[in-house]
Amino acid sequence: MPEEPAAPEPRGHDGRRIATGLREGFLIGSPNDRLIRSLARYRRGLTWGIACVAISNLIALAQPQVLRLAIDDLYRGVTAEKLGRYALVLLGIALVAGLFKYWMRRAVIAISRHLEFDLRNDLFAHLQRLPAAYFQRERTGEIMSRATNDLSAVRMMLGPGIMYLVNTVVVALVSIGFMLAISPRVTGFALLPLPLVSLSVWYFGDRIHRRFEAIQARFASISARVQENLAGVRVVRAYAREANELGEFRELNNDYLQHNLALIRTSGLFYPSLAFFSGAAALLALYLGGREVVGTRITLGQFVAFTVYLGMLNWPMVALGWVINLFQRGAASLRRIEEILETPPGITSGPEAISAARSAGEIEFRHLTFTFPGSESPALRDVSFRVPAGARVAVVGRTGAGKSALLGLLPRLFDPPPGALFLDGVDVRRYDLGWLRRQIAWVPQDTFLFSATVAENIAYGREAAPAEAIERAAETAGLASDILGFPDRYATRVGERGITLSGGQKQRTAIARAVLLDAPVLILDDCLSSVDTQTEEKILTGLKTEMLRRTTLIVSHRVSAVRDADLIIVLEDGAVAERGTHDSLLALGGRYAELCRAQQLEEELEAS
Amino acid sequence: MSHDEDLAGRAYDHRLMRRLLGYLKPYRGQVVFAGIVVVADALISLVYPWLTKEAIDHGIRHHDLRFLDQVALVYLALLTAGFGLGYLQNQIMQRVGQHVMLDLRTQLFHKLQRMPLAYFDRNPIGRLMTRLTGDVDVLNELVTAGVGALFGDLFALIGIVVAMCRLNAELLGVTFSVLPLIVIVTLLFRVRARASFREIRVRLARLNAFLNENLTGMSTVQMLNRERSNFEQFKDINASHRDAHLRANFYYAVFFPLLELVGALAVSLIVWYGGRQVMWTGITLGTLVAFIQYTQRFFRPISDLSEKYNILQQAMASSERIFQLLDEPEDAAANQDTLPPRASADGVAAVLAPAGPHRNGSPGRIEFDHVWFAYQDEHWVLRDVSFSIEPGERVALVGATGSGKSTIASLLLRFYAAQRGEIRIGGRPLAEWDSGQLRRTIGLVLQDAFLFSGTIESNLRLGDAALSIEAVESAAREVHAHDFIRQLPGGYGAVVRERGATLSAGQRQLLAFARALARDPHFLILDEATSSVDPETELRIQNALRRLLVGRTSLVIAHRLSTIQDADRIVVLHHGQVREVGTHLELLAREGIYARLHELQVLGGPLSAAQSLTRAATEA
Repeated sequence: MPEEPAAPEPRGHDGRRIATGLREGFLIGSPNDRLIRSLARYRRGLTWGIACVAISNLIALAQPQVLRLAIDDLYRGVTAEKLGRYALVLLGIALVAGLFKYWMRRAVIAISRHLEFDLRNDLFAHLQRLPAAYFQRERTGEIMSRATNDLSAVRMMLGPGIMYLVNTVVVALVSIGFMLAISPRVTGFALLPLPLVSLSVWYFGDRIHRRFEAIQARFASISARVQENLAGVRVVRAYAREANELGEFRELNNDYLQHNLALIRTSGLFYPSLAFFSGAAALLALYLGGREVVGTRITLGQFVAFTVYLGMLNWPMVALGWVINLFQRGAASLRRIEEILETPPGITSGPEAISAARSAGEIEFRHLTFTFPGSESPALRDVSFRVPAGARVAVVGRTGAGKSALLGLLPRLFDPPPGALFLDGVDVRRYDLGWLRRQIAWVPQDTFLFSATVAENIAYGREAAPAEAIERAAETAGLASDILGFPDRYATRVGERGITLSGGQKQRTAIARAVLLDAPVLILDDCLSSVDTQTEEKILTGLKTEMLRRTTLIVSHRVSAVRDADLIIVLEDGAVAERGTHDSLLALGGRYAELCRAQQLEEELEAS
Repeated sequence: MSHDEDLAGRAYDHRLMRRLLGYLKPYRGQVVFAGIVVVADALISLVYPWLTKEAIDHGIRHHDLRFLDQVALVYLALLTAGFGLGYLQNQIMQRVGQHVMLDLRTQLFHKLQRMPLAYFDRNPIGRLMTRLTGDVDVLNELVTAGVGALFGDLFALIGIVVAMCRLNAELLGVTFSVLPLIVIVTLLFRVRARASFREIRVRLARLNAFLNENLTGMSTVQMLNRERSNFEQFKDINASHRDAHLRANFYYAVFFPLLELVGALAVSLIVWYGGRQVMWTGITLGTLVAFIQYTQRFFRPISDLSEKYNILQQAMASSERIFQLLDEPEDAAANQDTLPPRASADGVAAVLAPAGPHRNGSPGRIEFDHVWFAYQDEHWVLRDVSFSIEPGERVALVGATGSGKSTIASLLLRFYAAQRGEIRIGGRPLAEWDSGQLRRTIGLVLQDAFLFSGTIESNLRLGDAALSIEAVESAAREVHAHDFIRQLPGGYGAVVRERGATLSAGQRQLLAFARALARDPHFLILDEATSSVDPETELRIQNALRRLLVGRTSLVIAHRLSTIQDADRIVVLHHGQVREVGTHLELLAREGIYARLHELQVLGGPLSAAQSLTRAATEA
């Protein structure tokens, strides 16, 4: 968080903020449009900020000159009044320089925060447009790290990075100029160790950062281990595994210790090196400058001014090494963020997207063959069937037969190939995406609840829904009586900071959500797996009237849930193996009949 | 303990500090050495301004080049020495710090292995994790950045004051008149900045939580057309995060220039007052220069000190929480063969060695004798429960959810201790058994088969190095797990991710069976899973169960009627009381709760036993 003292000050863990990706190269690779455009938006503020950096430094650099005059005057004899005036000038310089420093921070750093804000909004908006396949491919943690760590690295580059870069250039140019004016020879020698300061900050900063990342990875595995140990405490105890756990914990910790010691060996050199190099510069100035005074080539006042200039160069030299790291790391981070921003959304509304009033709900699969992106073999092969408006079609089959894939294509969770899937006789890909999804109430296999109240979760797709509608939906989904048992009823928070719902309660919340949507098409993707048969039947009865008004696609493992469907499709390895009604399929004596027999057997086994 | 995360106590607590220092004892020598190095380093840094003064007053002004040469040499020698001392100091402090953290973390982890299970019921995992990671890390910071540097800073401050006083006490007084200003500015900044940092943390956490939730639930968001509305929410959260930073930035923007201004004030005072002294009382110019340098050196540690104060305060709060955990009473039944912490090298070896004889004599008959138990106060979960299991017998526990079935299993494993009554195994009260030994004779299969990250083999073996691979495999074969294990990439060496995320629920169940069977326990406690699996897997599990139970004394918390009917005895629990005991036929004849269950089962179709019982119980 703090930026000024970040580079030189942190002792215990030097590398945490001094960071980089060495191999990523120094400059921002390609001309970066987005960044330049964003920066352009803050052009005026940024110009003002940079001007403040320059002005504050230029003013501050006058201070040694005043000191020089004061000291030289002391030798020639001076009035107390004049000395007082010098003191006041020194104070005035600090005051004005400080004022500009204040404006500098308020401008440059604030702009970097605004840029971070913009960039993060862009990132989030873009992520919202990416298809489900993207989130299956990328780990959430990775994306999170783009939106937090990488963004903050980019901000460091744009804020403190730019600020200190300008700072260093101005201070270096001006003070070296003054020093040269005092004595070119002493300047030449005294400046020799200073590049080493920048170099060691850059070198150590990079290495420390990389070691530190390795340490964090080790630390994460310790945490994971502890978490697992605590979560599985009953098994650990029951199997008397404590000693083993302790042994493994120790091993991980030793590994962590070794990596830390490696870091210490590197970081331990860092500050002493800095102190040594800047000390060496001071020594050279003292020694060589002293000789110049003795040789009366410069005055004592000039000598003192010279050493003060040298001292003023110290921090910019440290900052330079740090800034190089900031730019390297920022550029690498920016590239990673760009990677996300340049991922094409994949599933979008076409250029001439259609949106009608309300769909009739007639669905047709026409020789549909579908392969998941990145997969080799198709998940669905040549699937064809038609669902008349208002009909109820059930899809059964083993796990992995392609049932969920089939259902997910309709709301374009994954994109079907063109000319294969039709709603009301029109290819689903030609509809406006938002409109299409509003026609479909989709209850997925795994329910996702947001950390909000129960009511908000039910109304997630219809935020403006009145309380009665929400309660009716909960009633239909068989959730109402559960909710009445919650501490704050419909206002009870769920999720991380609230109560935890059982699997069945979650599924029923999703059903209530779908009911509330009142869409012409209802998709139930094995959404009753976590409720018992009794509750399932209750819910199905409640849904019956809903299903009468809608086209329904339902996937279930249970015969009881699909028995009444107008059409039952049996999927096997992505292809339609059987189709028909419950009775016709039983008569056929194929897969469906087998499934029914297995469940009967199970029931008998339990009931015998 | 409720709000212990927000403890903002004193910065120094003698009792806590003494206990903390105790952890340094094993490294006493190194600590003392580091102390000497720190002092030497601070002393050296004090010499530079004085050398400058000497160079100016004697070398330069008296045109004594030889003297200047000598000063330069000394300066160089000191620089080199400073480099070495600085490195040494850093190395030792950090090393000791890391070792202390290792000790402390191991001690905490060890402690957690010995806590009674009730403790884990009260304390969420997240909080305990914080003790072991976050709080220990704060202490690490204290050791590495805090204590050593604090010591050095204090020493440097005193040294500077002494040096300045010796140079010119009057000028010192004038210079120090700005000291209160520095203190006030720094304190004000710290207070404000700390509040705004807290705000930043809170808002960042909110931002991350929202982002995380939206990423995980993205398809739900998209299917429900919530993109726009969620984007607006995100923008608000993002903006509030930015604004918190902007506020903090304001404090920085004010603080740094202000601090420099006060520094400039000090220099101005020296020029003005000191300059007059140069003219009238004849102090040297070198003194003046040295004074300016000392003043600059004095200000830096001052603003450092306030930061150290924060670290110290946090460390006190963290150590208080850590010690609180370490002082919790341990489980009386804790496993005897986990050794005390900070064990010596051979201590570690002993911990890692295979523990004791495994399959010793039969534990014999199990008796529950008028057992009463409550997790909390007087909320009895078990009331006056009595029953027994003879060697070789299978007893089924049936009852509605919350009737106390799982509690009985937990008591038997000594996860908790009964308040009244007694549980005996082989005639000996449970308390007299070494719980490690006891638990090794019992095989436990939980409803939710908990898998550890590792391999299939390590999960079946569970740390029992004495088990041969053949025994592991034959156990897997016995419960029909062998086939699917062989099909996994790597077979028995297949990697199991955290909680067995890559395996299906049915597979996890079978692994849990195999795990229990591999140890060939005398006594089996089985909590049947209720989650629905596909019919094929269900049949496999049923078969495996049969094999598992054959010829073993067992207590089964039963949900499947097939398991119940095969039991030698059925204990029907209702509201923590034993309501009926008998065989299937006896209980049917009795026409009580159990009979009603069965009736429902026959009439009502595919209801599982537990659900029917719940219904029967509510009607009863």
